Amino acid sequence: MDSMALTNDIIKEKLIAKFGELLTDWEEPFGLLTFTAPKDENLKVMQFLYDDPELRFQFLTDLCGVHYPGGKTGDLAVVYHLHNLKDNVRLRFKVFTTTANPEVYTATSLYSSANWMERETFDFFGINFVGHPNMKRILNVEEMDYFPLRKEFPLEDQSRTDKDDEMFGRGRLLNS
Amino acid sequence: MDAPDGYAGEGFFTSKLSDVVGLARKNSIWPMPFATSCCGIEFMATMASHYDLARFGAERLGFSPRQCDLLMVIGTIAKKMGPVLKQVYLQMAEPRWVLSVGACASSGGIFDTYSVLQGIDQIIPVDVYVPGCPPRPEAILDGFMKIQELVGKESIRRRHSEKYQALLASYGIQ
Repeated sequence: MDSMALTNDIIKEKLIAKFGELLTDWEEPFGLLTFTAPKDENLKVMQFLYDDPELRFQFLTDLCGVHYPGGKTGDLAVVYHLHNLKDNVRLRFKVFTTTANPEVYTATSLYSSANWMERETFDFFGINFVGHPNMKRILNVEEMDYFPLRKEFPLEDQSRTDKDDEMFGRGRLLNS
Repeated sequence: MDAPDGYAGEGFFTSKLSDVVGLARKNSIWPMPFATSCCGIEFMATMASHYDLARFGAERLGFSPRQCDLLMVIGTIAKKMGPVLKQVYLQMAEPRWVLSVGACASSGGIFDTYSVLQGIDQIIPVDVYVPGCPPRPEAILDGFMKIQELVGKESIRRRHSEKYQALLASYGIQ
């Protein structure tokens, strides 16, 4: 272990020194440093976290979408999980956009692992990653004409005509 | 096993060709297993020595659709797997039969969701459905015997009939 271990406080200090008020909603649930960035700044934040000789967040563990219908800053979120492999420190940050304008810059130029994860996020939430080299569905059938994890779409397959909702205990729920 | 209806005399026996062909076909079925999930485990037990599918003349499971006459669809079929399953069905030569094993293959089962095919009968015609989640080997054998019954009784002209052609056409085949 380094004598100067990389702590959440150091990371936060460095980020605030660089970006100031742009980064909001700081929290540390279960010790995981979390914040929100404006969606147009996502690449600058990631580049800084990647390049800084102390921070070295050079591995993108996960990238996913979340749909918050009626969210105050936007109803679609993209969540990035970054990992500093040298110091074994992780952080998470979110950017928000809207279903009306679901466009976010791609992270593929910085992290190759973003390629398939952004395609998956597009597949399920319809978030269009601007600049992605191959922005098309990855898991669902290509004919699918909606984004199944957005909350306005029921989970059940809607093409089915011979299933009686009453038999599945949800007929009255849907009709009430 | 009973002999088919016919006229027997000393040293000869006459019967209908379709009965003899049916008898031969139903006791030498080559199944093509298309096992995708937990029902496939039950099917492995069905094939193995204890339940022994070979007793029904299905000793030889073919893993090439071109050699087989019974497609056994055993397990959940995701929508993305649909075109693959249909391709396998198309590669089989006539006459061919389809056995749908388990709730998922028959109706989507518990997976009433956007990614799962709600029954393989949406893309290929099915002859016999085996219910269960998963069905026990006895149930799979029962389904297999139902298939044997269909195979044994099938008219030699059925595959050329307008009704059968219309059935295939309803699935967009030929």
